[in-house]
Amino acid sequence: MELTGAQILLECLKREGVEVIFGFPGGAVIDIYNELPNSSLKHVLVRHEQGAIHAADGFARASGKVGCCLVTSGPGATNTVTGIATAYMDSIPVVILTGQVPTPLIGNDAFQEVDIVGITRPCTKHNYLVKDVRELAHVIRQAFYLARSGRPGPVLVDLPKDVMQVKTKFIWPEDVKMRSYNPNLKPHAGQIKKVAQLIRDAERPIIYAGGGVITSKGHEALTWLAQKLHIPVTATLMGLGCFPGTDKLWLGMLGMHGTYAANMAINNADLVLAVGARFDDRVTGKVSTFAPKATLVHIDIDPTSIQKNVSVHVPLVADCRLALEALKEELEPSLIEYDFEGGHLPWVSKVRAWAKEHPLSYQPSETTIKPQSVVEKLHELTRGEAVICTEVGQHQMWTAQFYKFNEPNCFLSSGGLGTMGYGFPAAIGAQFARPDKMVIDIAGDGSIQMNIQELATSVCNNLGVKIVILNNGYLGMVRQWQELFYNKNYSSTCMDAQPDFVKLAEAYGATGFRITEPGDLTRVLTQALETPGTVIVDVRVEREENVYPMVPAGASLTDMLLV
Amino acid sequence: MRHILSVTVENEPGVLSRVAGLFSGRGFNIESLNVGPTLDPGVSVMTITTEGDEQIIEQIVKQLRKLITVIKVVDLTDLKSVLREMVLLKVNANDANRAEILRTVDIFRCKVVDVSIDELTIEATGNYDKISAIVGLLTRFGVKEISRSGMVAMKRSIQN
Repeated sequence: MELTGAQILLECLKREGVEVIFGFPGGAVIDIYNELPNSSLKHVLVRHEQGAIHAADGFARASGKVGCCLVTSGPGATNTVTGIATAYMDSIPVVILTGQVPTPLIGNDAFQEVDIVGITRPCTKHNYLVKDVRELAHVIRQAFYLARSGRPGPVLVDLPKDVMQVKTKFIWPEDVKMRSYNPNLKPHAGQIKKVAQLIRDAERPIIYAGGGVITSKGHEALTWLAQKLHIPVTATLMGLGCFPGTDKLWLGMLGMHGTYAANMAINNADLVLAVGARFDDRVTGKVSTFAPKATLVHIDIDPTSIQKNVSVHVPLVADCRLALEALKEELEPSLIEYDFEGGHLPWVSKVRAWAKEHPLSYQPSETTIKPQSVVEKLHELTRGEAVICTEVGQHQMWTAQFYKFNEPNCFLSSGGLGTMGYGFPAAIGAQFARPDKMVIDIAGDGSIQMNIQELATSVCNNLGVKIVILNNGYLGMVRQWQELFYNKNYSSTCMDAQPDFVKLAEAYGATGFRITEPGDLTRVLTQALETPGTVIVDVRVEREENVYPMVPAGASLTDMLLV
Repeated sequence: MRHILSVTVENEPGVLSRVAGLFSGRGFNIESLNVGPTLDPGVSVMTITTEGDEQIIEQIVKQLRKLITVIKVVDLTDLKSVLREMVLLKVNANDANRAEILRTVDIFRCKVVDVSIDELTIEATGNYDKISAIVGLLTRFGVKEISRSGMVAMKRSIQN
């Protein structure tokens, strides 16, 4: 049967398992939009293309599936670039479909023409321009395969208008084979034995887990290893939720705003098992003093991550889950002959002593609301079971510190790129992925204004997304740096002339609450979370509260500024 | 240290830009780059000359392999290989020095490919050192124009 390019595209999306597509129409994609009502795909109309890509990203993170968005050529395509780079830095599987001017016009500076394949080359895993409708099904198949396999990432497909209009015979390619792409998933048996022996011999081991554990669904194997072998666990921002945040062996996040215990433990460990993490500068601090006493084992699916920032002793290129499961299999028999609990007891006690010495804390106040207390209260009210999204800044770090994540895929945050405006559209995507879950965007008053227009999307789709703004009237994280390192020169960080967030919510047809008194926090937050539909809670918090601990940029992890 | 990488790629639009973008985006250095098709019209081979310490070269090789359109990367530096570069030089020539230039051309087994009253255009082929030596020797006569092909390379059949 002959189908148009637009019909083939939608059929392929359906066969790839796409349920929801976030998008915004325009001239170059009008043929696709013309076919959408005939398809079973759910299309969510956003209010800005950046919202579409972040929502697709949020959908992917919360569901573990590939997210998908559709935008028009030119400005529609360029508006997705920040979101593509966000997904790329955090290895999130997203397929971005962009319209393009008709093929005869490409290169002529036509209306709404932009070389989006050229623009996104460095921030996609791969991208395509489809010039012939007969290639379309293959390209879509490859795009989804690339996005979800190996180290996942965003893949962009540029679709010229005429390619969407012409007809061809639709043949669904059953297999995807690419001679130049064969990610290595299975761990090397010899390296597994070597790592297992290092674990048996270690006196002061620590697991440093990253987003790769969540992506690979390796959390169960990791939890088994940690609990059975009595190894303390720390994680990066991206790794939060890969190990229960309420477990006794959990140290909290490490790095710049990591806990005292996690950073001290890394510094004193004799074995660091880095799993699905990439030794980012926000994690390592000064690289030359990172884990100075340890043998470094690095498990990662991407060979380029290994030996990039830090020279490691034992590299292991593999899917994290498969590697962790192989280690489990290798070490399970050793539980009989080795006394891991007893052997690691002095170390675990020492780590716990550090945690006791300087726990995550803040000065409580009776007159102003402490932002940390809002996160703690949200954790309590949601029993730690919500999907939490964040924007970027102080509120993000307080969320990472004080919301004890117990499950993977429940903390959605722009870790690598640090994109303000990410959280709310991501929350919309997450709510489509997890209609059963409470989805909360913990935001700052600066960040939330970067994609506030998506309130319309949320209200229009009757989503129950809750936005909790930790409103301090500042771009707080920059202000904190200015306070600590730039002589309190608060240049352009004071957010004057803020909107009235309660009225703003109402203007969009959402519900708004404001909390100014510490005594009202529990009552009003409870009420807000119980209110159906989209809700904004404007929480006026202590204005100049800082995030601690803090390792100044470029300093060693042990040089922490504490509360 | 200089490394010569032989990179087999899918012959499709944008592949050169992907490779070049990788080098510029990550701050790696390309000394020379040469691309040409193979007997399979779907496949091209790039020969890239680059410089860096061991860790940087390791990253370059891995990052190249990570590109979806790259099929194979071989670092020829540690292998026995044939390395060739071609250079075209337009040299000032007058009655006084023409003989001397031609002698040099002879010694290096180069070819004169174009002649005029006051210029000689010389084609030279060889490995990096030979080309550098020729260029060095001819510079003193005044080189008006130079065009180098960049290195092409191939692993030798017998490695031991």
